[in-house]
Amino acid sequence: MIRIGVPSKGRLMEKTFDWFGARGLAMARTGAERAYAGQISGTDQAELVMLSAGEMPRELAAGRIHLGVTGADMVQETLAGWQAQLAVVAPLGFGHADLVIAVPMVWVDVETLEDLDAVAAQFRATHGFRLRIATKYHRLTHGFLREQGVADYQLVDSQGATEGTVKNQTAEAIADITSSGETLRDNHLKVLRDGVILRSEATLYASRHSALAADAASLSRFITFHGLGSHIS
Amino acid sequence: MSGTPATLAIRALAEGLQARMVAAGAVPVAADILQPAELLLDLYGEDIRARAYVTHDPVRGEMMLRPDFTVPVVQAHMTGGADPARYTYLGEVFRKQDGATLAGRPSEFLQLGYEVFDRTNPAAADAEVFALIAGLLADLPVRPITGDIGILLAAVQGLDTSDKRRAALLRHIWRPQRFRALLDRFGGRSAGCFARETMLKGFRTQPPALLMAQAGSFVGARSEAEIAARIATLLEDAALPPISAEQVAILDRIMALKDPAPLVLAALRDLAGVMPVLTPALDRMEQRLAALQGRGIDTASLAFEAAYGRTSLEYYDGFVFGFYGTDPDLPAIASGGRYDALTRVLGRGRSIPAVGAVIRPALVAAMQGGDA
Repeated sequence: MIRIGVPSKGRLMEKTFDWFGARGLAMARTGAERAYAGQISGTDQAELVMLSAGEMPRELAAGRIHLGVTGADMVQETLAGWQAQLAVVAPLGFGHADLVIAVPMVWVDVETLEDLDAVAAQFRATHGFRLRIATKYHRLTHGFLREQGVADYQLVDSQGATEGTVKNQTAEAIADITSSGETLRDNHLKVLRDGVILRSEATLYASRHSALAADAASLSRFITFHGLGSHIS
Repeated sequence: MSGTPATLAIRALAEGLQARMVAAGAVPVAADILQPAELLLDLYGEDIRARAYVTHDPVRGEMMLRPDFTVPVVQAHMTGGADPARYTYLGEVFRKQDGATLAGRPSEFLQLGYEVFDRTNPAAADAEVFALIAGLLADLPVRPITGDIGILLAAVQGLDTSDKRRAALLRHIWRPQRFRALLDRFGGRSAGCFARETMLKGFRTQPPALLMAQAGSFVGARSEAEIAARIATLLEDAALPPISAEQVAILDRIMALKDPAPLVLAALRDLAGVMPVLTPALDRMEQRLAALQGRGIDTASLAFEAAYGRTSLEYYDGFVFGFYGTDPDLPAIASGGRYDALTRVLGRGRSIPAVGAVIRPALVAAMQGGDA
């Protein structure tokens, strides 16, 4: 049986259901509102596993599900060397969001990462501590800033309402997901010109875990039959 | 992993090597496995957080599993060590191996170290540490590479430009890509950058306070005065002449030098003809080579790469070296360098010239076993 992980709530779940529905695989949540159980019709070869989008990367990497829908941001943040563990079956065309670095609009002297780096040096010299960037995407943000040669900053953890950290003076800048940029503007923040860390969208992934190797042929047939995306190798 | 026969054999080998460090005059020292994260983060930056295991203690705050010994050993020395002093340590260090290229490397391994705090003769101390490590690895097919961050620092100091530009370049010696971008900007080779030009036009025509008021509500801990100060710096910088193409070319030639040490020294002496500020650093290099020769090192064939050490930990600021096996994918079997500035930071005003090196006993064992 092919186990398909789908997001357990919200717009991401609805859009995922629509996407599979358009390919003849009708999905629905069953039971009580909070039961997180689901069923799939249009096939007798697959079952649904309702998961939070954040758990999906690990479940795929561990080989507990064959297929799973989550954002590229979640996968790349959670899994080191993700390409070795997961294969992209198809980008789904929704859930678009960019992981970006944003700073106060009032920083009229900052447009690029080069400016941010110079300001980080100035800030550390003036305040005696490193410029704080609030984020929940620690790996992606650090990897990006390292690659871009930005120094003298520190990442501070923020699991929600990250845009508010600058106003609350618990951070000077943020690295967060944005789709329209509206929340950033409401919080008087602007995205650096070269500050896009990752362009993300909801994506259907397949696990490369060796425990699922025996199912490779049937999974491949399933993907082809329902037109879900490219073959995985 | 601590009890398997292989790890016991590695520990026995490491203890044998350490005994020879003790015989050379080093005092064995220990360090806590749990280290306060804040200090290490402040010294090394975010790179260390990405590599180190960070945990939270309800009383002591954010702590790290020891990623190396240098900082605790320097701290212990600065709060009451003998002067001069020689130390050795042996213990596990812990580093996450993130990313495809590092997958499969151990995240917990033994590190054996030797550190010399001696203000009398830095060249002799450099040579002592290098020769000791070379002696301990003498039976193995290893190849040393040497470098000198001090020469790079001197070359940047020698650029005919503003203090602020030199400081910006010095800050990025360890980040070659950003260094290159800055050098291109200061050398006038990245002129016409649209974002920067538009920004400067605004700064020239409108006062900072007005620009900030137009930009929106004031948020954050960075003050108006700080923003205005950087605007002034940017305008000042835009008015400066570029660093001459000739000087940029000299810097490029220095960075690219890669030859046996005496040939590199001769080439650098030539360049010092037009950049005399290099001379003290070159004198130190010459004294070090003489001291190495005095300890039986064949300096005529000793590899010297001017850019070596630029991508390692940024506390090294003088002599740097590493010993490598034939497998280019493996990290250095041993590496070390001089870190005078770090003792100044940790010594709160006091400092002492310091040089040290670490050996990775597991890599020595692998090489002795013939599988490296």
